[in-house]
Amino acid sequence: MDFATLLQMLDATLRLATPLLLACLAGLFSERAGIFDIGLEGKMLAAAFMSAAIAAVTGDVWLGLLAGIGASLVLSGIHGLASITFRGNQLISGVAINFLAAGLTVVVAQSWFRQGGRTPQLSGDGRFNPITLPFAETLRDVPVIGPIYYELISGHTILVYVALLAVPVTWWLLYRTRFGLRLRAVGENPAAVDTAGVSVVGLRFAAVGICGVLCGIAGAYLATALQAGFVKDMSAGRGYIALAALIFAKWRPWYALYACLLFGFLQALSLRPDIITGVIGFRVNGQFLDVLPYILTVIILAGFVGKAIPPRAGGAPYVKER
Amino acid sequence: MTATAPAIELKGISKAFGPVQANKDISIRVMPGTIHGIIGENGAGKSTLMSILYGFYKADKGEIFIAGKKTNITDSQAAIAAGIGMVFQHFKLVENFTVLENIILGAEDSGLLRPSLARARRELKALAEEYELNVDPDAVIEDVGVGMQQRVEILKALYRQADILILDEPTGVLTPAEADHLFRILENLRREGKTIILITHKLREIMDITDTVSVMRRGEMTATVKTSETSPAELAELMVGRKVLLRVDKTPPVIGRKILEVRDLNVTDAKGVHRVKGVSFDVHAGEILGIAGVAGNGQSELLEVLGGYEKATGSVRMNGEDIDLTGARSDGQSRRARGIAHVPEDRQREGLIMDFHAWENTAFGYHNDARYQRSKLFMDNQAILKDTEDKMARFDVRPPDPKLAAKNFSGGNQQKIVLAREIERNPDLLLIGQPTRGVDIGAIEFIHQQIVALRDQGKAILLVSVELEEILSLSDRIAVMFDGKMMGERMPQETNEKELGLLMAGMTTEPAGGPFQAVADNLAYAGGDTGKGA
Repeated sequence: MDFATLLQMLDATLRLATPLLLACLAGLFSERAGIFDIGLEGKMLAAAFMSAAIAAVTGDVWLGLLAGIGASLVLSGIHGLASITFRGNQLISGVAINFLAAGLTVVVAQSWFRQGGRTPQLSGDGRFNPITLPFAETLRDVPVIGPIYYELISGHTILVYVALLAVPVTWWLLYRTRFGLRLRAVGENPAAVDTAGVSVVGLRFAAVGICGVLCGIAGAYLATALQAGFVKDMSAGRGYIALAALIFAKWRPWYALYACLLFGFLQALSLRPDIITGVIGFRVNGQFLDVLPYILTVIILAGFVGKAIPPRAGGAPYVKER
Repeated sequence: MTATAPAIELKGISKAFGPVQANKDISIRVMPGTIHGIIGENGAGKSTLMSILYGFYKADKGEIFIAGKKTNITDSQAAIAAGIGMVFQHFKLVENFTVLENIILGAEDSGLLRPSLARARRELKALAEEYELNVDPDAVIEDVGVGMQQRVEILKALYRQADILILDEPTGVLTPAEADHLFRILENLRREGKTIILITHKLREIMDITDTVSVMRRGEMTATVKTSETSPAELAELMVGRKVLLRVDKTPPVIGRKILEVRDLNVTDAKGVHRVKGVSFDVHAGEILGIAGVAGNGQSELLEVLGGYEKATGSVRMNGEDIDLTGARSDGQSRRARGIAHVPEDRQREGLIMDFHAWENTAFGYHNDARYQRSKLFMDNQAILKDTEDKMARFDVRPPDPKLAAKNFSGGNQQKIVLAREIERNPDLLLIGQPTRGVDIGAIEFIHQQIVALRDQGKAILLVSVELEEILSLSDRIAVMFDGKMMGERMPQETNEKELGLLMAGMTTEPAGGPFQAVADNLAYAGGDTGKGA
């Protein structure tokens, strides 16, 4: 594998890791506050559909993004209502959201566009287009650094940079601010937060809200940046992989980045069977490559994570005790 | 004195949960700079009253005055604003946060943490010097002992400028030395003019440190008296509503043959921690061997090994025959077959299935007995029901309803159900852990009588308790465990709480004029309570 191919691979890794990373950070906020969210998948899917639909109708991808975030927030609100206000089971609520999104998106897409459950192809301002970073053209011919900057770092859509920036911002919020302290506390011991005179419900809704926004961006990225339009089930299990990455990262932001890059790389690998054949010297069955990321997910989670301790109050509704 | 308003005054507080009247027309006044005790059995309504004060519940009726001003406490925030700080029985700390982070949580100065942490660090230093409240600000809560965790809770309240400090059963988890330290802190706080409300069911604590004491029984405040004008016996009677025997009546033991022989027992738990370190002892027929020690020094693991649900190395002989410590026959079923009955320390997790009926719980572990079988395939539920009714009558379980779920019985009655199941199997050896934890004084008396009666039938009894008073009054021989090791054996008539307290703290000889002088004075009269008060 030569340098150029490697850069291509890493470039694809970055593009494929972006939705994982956004969803993973979304889950991080929610689960750090003690609300397990298996519904990342459904929220992404709903956001993908709404963003593509609105972008297709208005021709403005930014309106699409807002609509995607809105759709994701509605589902977040339902999850919050079910699991925080009514103290329901968080897993069941999340699974219900996934089913709801999987079904509704296709039905509504068919009813609106009559293209077999898809949205129309997006183009021009209806999509997020790659942006070229300053000096990318001038530096292009500088050996080593030039291609890295031009191929790998420059030339992505704005949302890729947003996702990367979200990592340090999340870290800072979590560990350096009052909000972060309270958020982490409410996921570990809500009683401590409650007796300190801070609203457990308010904090958890805030966390679920942030989760909704990030999932919305992730979904919009799928339909308006990675692809050009919505197709049925286009989230393709990314919500679950993001959850796996979250566990792999032990609910820490920087590790979430590394985990998502790893999973993104595996996905990029499965798209390029020619490279694998070139490296290992024989042809591998294409279907095997497709399942490779999932198999590795299982192996990594089973064997290499060590002991991942989730937030202690995770999954349990808070009931004030006497 | 008449000019100062009471720091806290409750007038006619009432609170009902459905048909249960938890608090009935309660009025108290607590003067500033005093320590006021509230004593009562489990379910007497102490915790409900304090929850109302801290804004967890809203009283149905009644008024609260803080420093003479009528105050509406709608939530915890309002309570904090009114200068009330609460140290709960179960600490409200974030385990993986540092001491400092726990202290500022909810009382941060600004959106960014750094300035708040710096201020808290400075104030902590001042508070530590003023009140002997030493903590390591950077230690993580889960790594520090319960004594320090409790000091963090007190510091949390003081950091929020609390003038009134409420402590709910504060000594339940402390060693005698730690309890002594706590009381010195409370005295320092009183000297600085803070008002302290101490909720407890330990008579000794009330007598030692409070200025005034209120007694609660079944939701009512039955009396408020000056501590100097009352006695433990009077308080116990006010709590229970009848005369209570604070001492166990028993005759000298008739020691028989050796029943249990433990040699060089070692236990390493799932986390790889060496819990029991080379322990050896014997238990004979007709005697009660009491194992004293602060919780977490290997007693629990010892019971688990003997009860058959923890592996160990070493040798244990029962009636002269080795029992299996690691293999296929190291389970509870095999232990029971060898004549070992077990009343576990945590009756709600290990002794009972809380959602199951009393009659189902009565059969657990013995459900394969012939008398409970109708045929090879079916159980004889009628026989179990009948058996449960009989047991309930003999052990005075209230209410005597076999079809009530275990969780709906009080702590004392749950314990009686477990006790009836285990004792009535006529075992050679009874293992019993924390027999009266979370049990009312009245029921403690009954349970103690049952244990002594079993001994008098010539059974061997291994008693593990963190309550020194219980160990001293029940045991015929006392062994003390510290850090997984046996610190020594004493005869109850030849030792005292002071000596045992030192052994429990890992000291075999008393330091000259050391800090443990008051150790013995702070031990409880009554049994323990780590369960939830209602």
